[in-house]
Amino acid sequence: MRRSIIKLFMDYEKEEKWLNSLSAKGLQLVHYSFPRYVFDEGEPGEYIYRIQLLENLPTHAESQAYIRFLEDLGVEMVGSYVRWAYFRKKAADGPFELYSDLESRIRHYSQICLMIGVVGGINLVVGITNLINLGTPIAWLNVLAAGLAAIPFTFYGRRMLKLKRSQQIYE
Amino acid sequence: MAEDQGYVALTEGVYYILLALHSPLHGYGIMQWVREVTNERVNLAPGTLYGALNNLLERGWIRAADHSGDKTRKEYCITQEGKQALMEEIRRLEELVQNGRRIMGGMN
Repeated sequence: MRRSIIKLFMDYEKEEKWLNSLSAKGLQLVHYSFPRYVFDEGEPGEYIYRIQLLENLPTHAESQAYIRFLEDLGVEMVGSYVRWAYFRKKAADGPFELYSDLESRIRHYSQICLMIGVVGGINLVVGITNLINLGTPIAWLNVLAAGLAAIPFTFYGRRMLKLKRSQQIYE
Repeated sequence: MAEDQGYVALTEGVYYILLALHSPLHGYGIMQWVREVTNERVNLAPGTLYGALNNLLERGWIRAADHSGDKTRKEYCITQEGKQALMEEIRRLEELVQNGRRIMGGMN
């Protein structure tokens, strides 16, 4: 049986938790096309899901090499949205994490912050320019988008700083 | 990177990857080997391992193995530069342990 759910997330770590809680109930994500998640009914807890912001689009040669590397390790990509990739691995193989040290987790957060910062920044500049030059009320949407972007930028940034503080003591 | 001259501490992951590559291995083999020799204490995650391998390749501390039987799985092995870095690190770690033992006394 297939089931699809439409849902929006601002926080990929909450999204990951949600996917894993559905997996525990036997709903396994098999496809994602923003904002629709498609699940197959299967064994409860069969897969562990992880989400990653890739450095390039999934079709890029470098991402392809990475995805192939993961496949060799039993990790499968079930879907993607722009640079976000949705991976899963059989839970029977043991714990599944994408990162095992502070350095690579900090790097991941910083790439997310950079991406959000660029998107938010462009919206802010476009919005304000259009408001001043054209006075088009629709430009407020850009300003709103920039404001929304500030929220995840802040919470990811905080998580990154917390890890950076740990890094002063631990590797 | 040349700017890290004099800074010699390797990360635990890099240390064990270099040790693992004394004989040619692919990604999965590295993870298995490291897990075994550390009694499952060190579990290299795929994203971290991939980043480290690319970094070490760029630096010339490891290289792709000349001939790997399985063409789809890339195998790596350590280079002379990699061995040198590893030896320096072992000396550094010995100093850490010696000083630690001297101050803290024998371990019960």
